[in-house]
Formats: sequence, structure tokens, C-alpha cells
Amino acid sequence: MDLLRSEPMQLVQLIIPIEAAHRSISYLGDLGLFQFKDLNENKSPFQQTYASQVKRCGEMTRTLRLFKEQMMKAGISPPTRSTKDSGLDLEKLEVKLKELEAELLEINANNEKLQHTYNELVEYKLVLEKVGEFFSSAQNNAVARQRELEVQPIVETSIDSPLLMEQDATCPIKHIKLGFISGLVSREKSIPFERILFRATRGNVFLKQAIVDHHVQDPLSGDKVHKNVFVIFYSGERVKSKIIKICDAFGANRYPFSDELGKQFQMMTEVSGRIAELKTTIDAGLLHRSTLLQKIGYQFESWNLLLKKEKSIYRILNMLNINVTKKCLLAEGWCPISAARQIQKVLLQATMECNSQVGTIFQVLQTKELPPTYFYTNNFTCSFQEIVDAYGIAKYQEANPGVYTIITFPFLFAVMFGDWGHGICLLLVTLYFIINEKKISSQKLGDILEMVFGGRYIIMMMALFSIYTGLIYNEFFSIPFELFGPTAYGCRDPSCRDSTTIGLIKVRDTYPFGVDPKWHGTRSELPFLNSLKMKMSILLGVSQMNLGIILSYYNAKYFGNNINIWHQFVPQMIFLNSLFGYLSLLIIVKWCTGSQADLYHVMIYMFLSPTDDLGENQLFVGQKFFQVTLLLLALIAVPWMLLPKPFLLKKQHEERHKGQSYSLLYSGEDPLESESHSIHLDHKEFEFSEIFVHQLIHTIEFVLGAVSNTASYLRLWALSLAHSELSSVFYDKVLLLAWGYNNTIVLIVGIIVFICATVGVLLVMESLSAFLHALRLHWVEFQNKFYEGDGYKFSPFSFTSLTDEDGI
Amino acid sequence: MYGFEALSFNIHGGYLEAIVRGHRSGLLTTADYNNLCQCETLDDIKMHLSATEYGPYLQNEPSPLHTTTIVEKCTLKLVDDYKHMLCQATEPLSTFLEYITYGHMIDNVVLIVTGTLHERDVQELLEKCHPLGMFDSIATLAVAQNMRELYRLVLVDTPLAPYFSECITSEDLDDMNIEIMRNTLYKAYLEDFYRFCQKLGGATAEIMSDLLAFEADRRAVNITINSYPYGHEELAVCEDIDQVRAVMEKYPPYQSIFAKLSYGESQMLDKAFYEEEVKRHCLAFEQQFHYAVFFAYMRLREQEIRNLMWISECVAQNQKSRVHDSVVFIF
Repeated sequence: MDLLRSEPMQLVQLIIPIEAAHRSISYLGDLGLFQFKDLNENKSPFQQTYASQVKRCGEMTRTLRLFKEQMMKAGISPPTRSTKDSGLDLEKLEVKLKELEAELLEINANNEKLQHTYNELVEYKLVLEKVGEFFSSAQNNAVARQRELEVQPIVETSIDSPLLMEQDATCPIKHIKLGFISGLVSREKSIPFERILFRATRGNVFLKQAIVDHHVQDPLSGDKVHKNVFVIFYSGERVKSKIIKICDAFGANRYPFSDELGKQFQMMTEVSGRIAELKTTIDAGLLHRSTLLQKIGYQFESWNLLLKKEKSIYRILNMLNINVTKKCLLAEGWCPISAARQIQKVLLQATMECNSQVGTIFQVLQTKELPPTYFYTNNFTCSFQEIVDAYGIAKYQEANPGVYTIITFPFLFAVMFGDWGHGICLLLVTLYFIINEKKISSQKLGDILEMVFGGRYIIMMMALFSIYTGLIYNEFFSIPFELFGPTAYGCRDPSCRDSTTIGLIKVRDTYPFGVDPKWHGTRSELPFLNSLKMKMSILLGVSQMNLGIILSYYNAKYFGNNINIWHQFVPQMIFLNSLFGYLSLLIIVKWCTGSQADLYHVMIYMFLSPTDDLGENQLFVGQKFFQVTLLLLALIAVPWMLLPKPFLLKKQHEERHKGQSYSLLYSGEDPLESESHSIHLDHKEFEFSEIFVHQLIHTIEFVLGAVSNTASYLRLWALSLAHSELSSVFYDKVLLLAWGYNNTIVLIVGIIVFICATVGVLLVMESLSAFLHALRLHWVEFQNKFYEGDGYKFSPFSFTSLTDEDGI
Repeated sequence: MYGFEALSFNIHGGYLEAIVRGHRSGLLTTADYNNLCQCETLDDIKMHLSATEYGPYLQNEPSPLHTTTIVEKCTLKLVDDYKHMLCQATEPLSTFLEYITYGHMIDNVVLIVTGTLHERDVQELLEKCHPLGMFDSIATLAVAQNMRELYRLVLVDTPLAPYFSECITSEDLDDMNIEIMRNTLYKAYLEDFYRFCQKLGGATAEIMSDLLAFEADRRAVNITINSYPYGHEELAVCEDIDQVRAVMEKYPPYQSIFAKLSYGESQMLDKAFYEEEVKRHCLAFEQQFHYAVFFAYMRLREQEIRNLMWISECVAQNQKSRVHDSVVFIF
């Protein structure tokens, strides 16, 4: 049985000739059965042997990231998986990437330059349009005003009219020549822009702004922003220089504008022409770029994969010790003993291919270090092993509860989830996942789906077992069926047709498999099922706990620990079985004999007054004597668990200590051997009080645990009861009620509600809760009897386990 | 005066305090600095930093690096941290956080004004400004000709406006005036910040008053040494560094600083002060439920960036023997 004990491991030293190092590591990565130890932990990253290669890989990944970013921008998605190997090595790839990067950057720079000019021209065109509009409207206004003024002289004589205006009107030619600046400013900055202009010039400017409706690409940043076209009128050179400075400060682009109509028109055509011209050039540039990116995208994944591999190889190479002569590298690590031949073969192949003069030396090291835990798992067993690992990784070579979990976990789940209708639903879902396994595993799933997919085999087993228990409980969406023949009960006379409690007699043989369908709906249904399920839970619980204790025996035997067998396993077995083993026995006897005895009473008075007569509760002859014996055994078992072990440990330690002091006498002859000997001895301090307290806690925990764990197994009954009651509520109160209305719409609504409730509450929530309870029963009640779980996992260097984060 | 901060602090400040303490544990340690000091090239520095919180900021930089890029990216990280905290902050923490940036604002104003005085390009100057001290109309500073204009045009819109009341003159801007302006502004700023912290009360007031007082003292000493006749009364009459030392040694906290220096040596004073400052900032993290951790964190990061700049500069110019001259270890 591979799964019961973890693979035997060995610590291995590899001495790899430096020219074959890269290839050897690469082959080991393909094989994925060697866990390297980091021998350079205290070195900083740039002091390591292969720092320059790591740097180069980092540089190349950066280039790849650049490509990816560019491709994202251009909307080209690289093919997700191109399995084709590009056949490049790192050097060639580096050159190629550099070339491509330079080309891409050049194209980008050119495009940017063109885009810049293009954006400027677009802005210029906007200025020409808007300012031109403004000028023409101003001119129209002015003309109109002029006309008005010409018409007005009659009114002019009135005293109210301002004197200045008169002056103005009389000498219109005298006005100063105003300069103006036009351009674009981003809309959000337009208000502070105006304010600063006003402050800087003390209001001696005229600012006119027009809103551009659509986004404008800013020539400098290339961002799309809302902008305003402005034109500022000013007088004087100093103001002009100020305004120009302010414009620069606000990133407002200025464009020349002529107030002559002819020139305006000429500029407009010129600008439009150039815009059209540039547009075609830019399009050609973009096309060129996207073909280049497509070319890159085609091979992107294979390059990415190669880089990921190379990076991980150099990461491993940096973990190795380099020899003083710089001729070979020293690696240390763990591998399964069974894989040693494979590893040696691969290493030999690597050195042969590299024409290395010496082969890699494969040397097994002796060590006291605890080896990592490694189980060969397959698709089916790995998810069950995960359940155990989630609690704690097994200590090296201790009994692995994962083996039993494969059956007990789905079974305990099914005890709580017993309904073959629901079981079939679960089975269909999980079969979908299993049949499309290959397709789905290559896809990226959501968190929840991923979890369901990962546990598909667990769910399949759970579904199969719930079909089985469902058949025993005789529930199909809470409806009983007469699958295995007719019911054993019948009416004594016709009048009992409506009554559901009394008046039934047994007319045939007992129903052959599971619960008789007649029980459903009777008034005594609940007491009957409760009694059945409660007793069943206790039987299951006691047997599973016994299994746990027996496993602790196998552990002790495997590790040669006699103290644990005699002073832990034996008293524990006696204690548990003399109380709850006896209860199980009583249950079985009661089932077999059909006795009316009250088991509570028996159990309670076994403690309170063991000498009293049992009376009508007696199940078999000599029960009283038997009980007293069991009680005494249980009472003896407690101090047996508590006392001998610490004292024996102490004695053992003292003996070992004595032995060590003797060995010093011989050590004079062979200092090397004694040194190696003393390394193997534990120099742990032996603190008796600590050991004793530890044992005390263990004992108390076990004694109390025997009671509370047995009680804990009653959750099997409780959950199962809740499940069947809930499903019968949904069936009776939703489906049958809707049926009763004789109305199609109500029926449809009822069916929909029933389906939603069944899927949402029973299939999803109930299965989750049953799953959790089954998990708890395994982790706590079962595993605390034997499982140490303080090992660490074997994590070999393997290319298949490289994640996306290692690359980009 | 201690209130019951522990009772209610976490309602608004708990999340951010946790964040800032998390950031603090990302600061480089002595071991990091030791490794950095052994770097041979800037690429080595980048490689080492890629394992720290600066990693994501530097990873996309093409390989021949420059010191400025490193400093720029590291500052970007600080700014991102700051912005994140400011987004999450509620009153009065947000105001407190804003106060932290006013110092940079003052520096930026001075930088731009000095730059324009020497006819530098505004864009170039803007690139040199500290991103934390940016405000909208900062580029407009170039337009101003004198203090009054400076105030009236630009600064009136910024939080610095109240600090300006003391230095509005119509004098033209020159180097001397600008330096005086900087220090006057700083004085007003520190005083205002101090008042604000006192108003907040509790541990914030206590710790911040210590930190701000130290900052003020440091500036005063520096001003004295740089021969500006403005400072504390006794310092004001000093004429060389040894006199400053004589004055300062009367105060126990400064005694130790000056004790490290031999007579007549003034370059190392900065480092000594920075070391003391870092120590105080680290101590600010020893207490909980106060805002001084934010201030301390920002200052520690800035010191770290100064360290990185120095190390990179030394590495780039092959002056590795001088690496330890100016690096202030934080932990």
C-alpha cells in the first residue's frame, strides 16, 4: 500500500561537473522528483554564482512584459497555448528579443512623433475654426454696431449719453493696436488659467473661450482630454511675455492665427491637407506595428515558457555550492529512494550529452534530519490526500489517514446526506466534470468552480454513497419507494386505511433492504428513525475511533516504540471499549433480540450503582458481573495511561545517558567514530515534570474525549434528521400544496420554487454543511487518536509546477 | 493630556495605522543596507531592491539604469503610499497628512523661484520638484517678479498663503531673499503644524511637539552655521561652528550629537542630526493611537530614499569607500 506510509526518502549529494550543470538541472526539472536544499541562504542575490544570468533573465522578462503591454494596447491577444517549442536557447532568444524590442521602440517613437505632429495639426485646425468663427462674428457685430452708431447721431444730443462714448465715437481711428494669442487649454485648467491671467495682468486682457465638444488628444502626453479654445487680446510687450509664460505654465498650446481672411483660408486648406497626409502615414505605421506585434504574439507563449524554465533553473543553480576549483557544483537534496535510478539515469544522460569528462557523482548522505513526506497520488487519491494535508502534513512514514478517508469520508458524508434523489443530482454534476476533465482542466475557472472541479472525485464518491444510504433510508426527494418488494405491513381490517399509527400488522417477510416504506408518514416515523440513526451513529463512531487507536498501534510498532504499545494503546483500547464498546454491544444485542431494555438506564446505572439488580433491563445472562468487570477495567486503565509512561521514559533516558558516558572510555582509539556517534545522539534536555504534565494532559484529553467524541458522532444522526425533514417540508409544503390548487400557473411556480429550494438549500448548503461535519469528524474525532501531522511536504523542483507568476 | 484615544481611535484611524505600520515594516533594514553597500553596479542595486517593496516600481526599467531613475521610482512608491493613505483618511487625519506635504511645497516654491531667477527652463524645474509638494498652479510661479507678486498671483490659492504674511515685501527676488523667504515660511509652517497638533491633543500632540521641536532646532542650527543671522537668541550671536557647539552642548539632547564630531568639522553634522532624527521617528512607532506615525513614516521613507540616492551615486561614481559617509541606518 503506497498511501499508508510515505515514500522512503534519502538525502543525496550530487557533484555535478560545471559544464553539465544546466542540462542536469533542466532534466531534473522535467523529472520533478528532486527537492534541492538551499546551500547559499546567507548570500545576497547578486553575490551568487549565476547572478548575471538571473539578471539577464530578468531583463528578458521585462522585454516580454513590454511586448505584452504593447499587445494589450493594440488589442492583440497572444495564443494561449502554443505547445510548439521554438527551439531557441537563451542566447539566441536574448539577441532576438533585443532586436525586436529595438524595432518596436523605433516604430513607436516614429509613430509618436507623427502622432504628435498630427495632434498639433488637429488642434491648430480647431483653433482656426473656432477663432475664425469668433473673429467673423465679432466683425459682424462691429459692423452692426458701426451701423447703429451711424444711425444714432440723433439721440446723441441727449445729456445722458456718456461723454467718453462720444469721444470714442468721434475718433474711432485712434484705438491702439491690440495683439492676440490663441491656443488650446485643457478644460479643467481653464478656470484657474483665466484667474491667473486676470491677476497677472490686472484685468487688462480680454479672454474668449470656446468649448470643443469632443475629446482632443494632447500632443505632449497623448491623453484624450476635453479642451477649450481660447483667444487672448492684450496690449503691450510685457503683458505678452507674461501671458506666454502663463500659457507655458498651464500647458496651453499656442498657435499662430492671422486675422486676414485670405490667409486664414489658405492656412485652413494647408492644415487639412497635411492632416490627411499624416493620417495615411500614421495608419501605415500602425499597420506595420501590429504585424510586428502579431509576429511576436505568435511566439510569445513559447518564449515565456522558456524564460520561466530558464529562470527556475538558474534559481536552482544559485542554490548549489560551487567548488573551490570552480570545476563542479555541489547539490544537496531529498529524493525518494525508488526514484534514485531514474535520477541517476537522467544525470548520466545529461553529462553524456554535454561531453563531460567526468560523470555526476550521486552519493547518499546519512542524516538525522527528518525527511520530507511524499505520497505518490493520482487524480483520484490526491484530493483525499489534500483533505488530510489541510489538517497537517503527515510525519515522515507515519500511518496516513488518507487511505481510510477515501471510503470513510464519503460514507460519513452520505450518512448525513442520505437521499438517493439528491445523490443522483450530485452524481450527474460531478460526472459532467469528470467526463470533460481534459477540457476543463486546461481552462481557467472561477474560485468556486475550481474548488468543485478539484474535488470532483470526492464528490463522486459522496454521491455514490449517498445513493446507497438513500436507498437504506428509502428516500427519493423524501418520497419512499417500494423498490425491493412490497411493504411488510398491512391493514388488519379495511377501517385502518386512513389511520397511520395503529392497526397495522406484519403480513409479509421483513422488507429486504433498508427502511420499510410504510414507516413514511406514520406518527411513529420519527421515534423509529431517530432510534435507528442514533444507534447507528454510535456504532459508526465507536468503530471509527477504534480504527484510530489501532492505527496508533501500527505507528508504535513501525517506529519500534514499545512503551506506546503497552502504556498507551492497550489502556486506551480497554477504556474505550469497556464503556462505549460495551454500549455498541448492547445496541447490537438489543437489535438482534428485540428486547425492550432501556439502554440509557443500563449505561447510567452501570456507573451510579453497579451492584444493583438490572431487573427488566437485563439483556443477557451474567450482565451484572460483566458490567462490574468492565467498570473496574476502565478504572484501572486511567492510571495505567497516566503513570507508567513518564517513569519509563525517564528510565530510558537515564540508561541512554549512562551508555554515553561509558562510550567516552573507548573514544580514545577512534575519535572520528565517536564524533560521528555523538552526532546521532540526542542532546535534548530531559525535563521529567514537563513529560509528566504532558502525559497528564493526554490522559485527561483521552478520557474526556472518549465521552465527548462519542457524543460528537451523534451529529451524524442530527444532520441526517435535518436533511430528511427539510426535504420532506419542501416536498409537502411546496410541491404537494401547489399540486392541490389544480392550477397550471400555481403548479409551475410551485415546481420552480421546489427546484430552487432543492438545489439551493438541499444540494448546495446541506451538502456543504454535511461536508464540513464529515471533515470535523475526520480531523478531530478520528485523527486525534493517532495522527501527529508535524511533517513537511516534499516539494520537488519541477517544471510542471511553475505558475504564471514565475513568468510575467 | 491623554484622552481615551484607545477607545475611539480605531473607528477612523485604525485601518490607516495598520497600513502605515505595515509600510514601516517594509523599510530597508541594516542587512539590506549592508548588501546594497556591496553592490558593484546599479543593476545589482536594482536586483537587490527587486526583493523589497520597491520591486514592482523598478522591474520595468530597462537595464542601463541611472541614479535619477532609481530615486524617481522610489519616490513614486512613497507618493503612492501617501496618496493611498490620504484617500482613505478622514478628518482630522487628512488635514494632518496634508500638513506633512507643506514642507515639500515650500521647497518646490523656492526651487522654481530660484530656477527662474537663474533662467532655467520651467519644465526642467518641474521635473525636479518633489511630487508630494505639487499644486496646480506651481508652474505659474515663474511669472512672478517679486514677493508680493508671488503671493498675489499664485500662493494665495495654496495652503501656504497664511505663512506668507510675514514676508510680503516688494523687494525683487534674489538668492538671499529667497532663502530668507524659505526659512520664514518654514518657521511659520512648523509653528502652524505645531499648533494644529496641540489642538489634536493626546499622544499625537506630545510626540509631534517633540519631533517638530527637533526639526525646528535642526533648522535653526543649520541656519546659524550657514551664517544667516537668524535663529535662537544665543545662536544668533555665534560666528563659527565651535561657538554653536558651545551653545548647543548646554542642551542634553544635542550634547550627544556634538560629542560625535571633532572640533571644526561641520560636514558630518548633517548626518549626526539625521541619525538623531531617525531615532526619534522610530521611537514614534512605540506608541499606539496617534498620528505621529504617519509623519514619522514619511520622514523615514524620505531618509531611506536619500540613503538609496547616496549609495547609488557612490556606486555609479565608483566612490564606494565613501558609501558609509552619509547612509543613516534606520533599523
